[in-house]
Amino acid sequence: MKKKIIALLMTTVTCLSLAACSGSSSGADSESAPAEETTDEAAESGSAKLIMATNAEFPPYEYHDNDQIVGIDAEIAEALAKEIGAEVEIEDIAFDSIIPEVTSGKADFGMAGMTVTEDRKKSVNFTDTYASAKQVIIVTEDSDIASPDDLEGKVVGVQTGTTGDIYISDELGDDAVERYAKGMEAVQALSQNKIDAVVIDNEPAKVYVSENEGLKILDTAYAEEEYAIAVALDNTELLDKLNAALKTLKDNGTIDEIVGKYIKTE
Amino acid sequence: MWENFKSQFILNFVDDNRWHYLTDGLFITLEITVFAALLGLVLGFIIAVIRHNHEKTGKLKIANALCSLYLTIIRGTPVVVQLMIIYFVVFGSVRIDKVLVAVIAFGINSGAYQAEIFRSGIQSIPKGQYEAGRTLGFSYRQTMLTVIMPQALRSVVPTLLNELIALLKETSVAGYIALGDLTKGGDIIRSRTYSAFMPLIAVALIYLTLVLIMESIVKRIERRLKKNER
Repeated sequence: MKKKIIALLMTTVTCLSLAACSGSSSGADSESAPAEETTDEAAESGSAKLIMATNAEFPPYEYHDNDQIVGIDAEIAEALAKEIGAEVEIEDIAFDSIIPEVTSGKADFGMAGMTVTEDRKKSVNFTDTYASAKQVIIVTEDSDIASPDDLEGKVVGVQTGTTGDIYISDELGDDAVERYAKGMEAVQALSQNKIDAVVIDNEPAKVYVSENEGLKILDTAYAEEEYAIAVALDNTELLDKLNAALKTLKDNGTIDEIVGKYIKTE
Repeated sequence: MWENFKSQFILNFVDDNRWHYLTDGLFITLEITVFAALLGLVLGFIIAVIRHNHEKTGKLKIANALCSLYLTIIRGTPVVVQLMIIYFVVFGSVRIDKVLVAVIAFGINSGAYQAEIFRSGIQSIPKGQYEAGRTLGFSYRQTMLTVIMPQALRSVVPTLLNELIALLKETSVAGYIALGDLTKGGDIIRSRTYSAFMPLIAVALIYLTLVLIMESIVKRIERRLKKNER
């Protein structure tokens, strides 16, 4: 028994020291190095790779289509990279892992229909916004929920770590939230009457509702927000490049064109 | 260095009472593990007896076939998939307590493994004892109850507890059906603070502590069983 306790203590100590290491180095050297390299190479050879972290379960911004990840974010990233003179490699991971990927330098930037929030700004820098979105409420057609106020006392499904999750958790409390790994699963639970509503971004909501019988989106949005690209705090070089490229693409209408391709305005 | 550690610790566990996600999750993890283990125990025992009965007496053909089908399916598919099938398909359009769903899924899963443990325990008793019992005029049931089972169960206890340890760790996939177990608790914190290290290590340490406690119990029981053998 004594040995066990000592072993446990030693594991803890090892972990703590590891924590300390990762904590102190996360500031400057370890992360910025790979990012700088890639951007430097980009300038020289024009074909460096930028790794983009996203969660490809979020149509029409990013989703899987015939072995490929496509969507608004994917195409904008492609266009941005062309401006900068680099190539994009898209990495599909869980939404709540995107920012850790970016801060740890595993990915160069995160682009996943990500809303700019104060909390996220503590961990990453955001570029200028490139799209605006709404958090909407999906309910079943026969639901008695007619406005955001009616959500009180109901069970709401969300995708873990999305702004919908954060808003609902803050407002209705943790007991009212069911956090699914994918938005699609939350919608599935709703259409099986396991939960009362789903709060999620407007555009994917439209896709989900059109593909599931008996669901509707409430006219009143839950919240308004804007999407931007997340870049590591110390990688200001990439941030500036992306901002410059975004401005070019906005001015020459490329972004509107890409968005229009996926989202038909009613 | 220490300051950084401290601020990370406060951010991940103290701010907004985030430690709550871990304690709530721990409770749910334990709840699922205990009840799933009990369900698995009952299922496993029944199945082992049916299969053994069939082997020895040739009766219960249909029940035996069903049991082998169950074992094949459950042991041939991942527990996450089983869990999601039970949540999204079997209980397709019912609003049902998710802890119950998890208990059923993990219980059914664990039952398959426990059945094999029971069976190997029964088979570990030398054939001669079974034959001797029958020769003395005991029925199958009498032989099993008075001769085989008391010995078999004793030899099976440590293995069963090890299965419990495996089960405890397997419940970490409960988050797939939006159940806030210990692992999901860590994930929720991670999605709020965007730091990977603290929540993941905390979750790992909690599991490790639980497993070490269970292991020490297994050791103690093993020692006691050995004493009885002398």
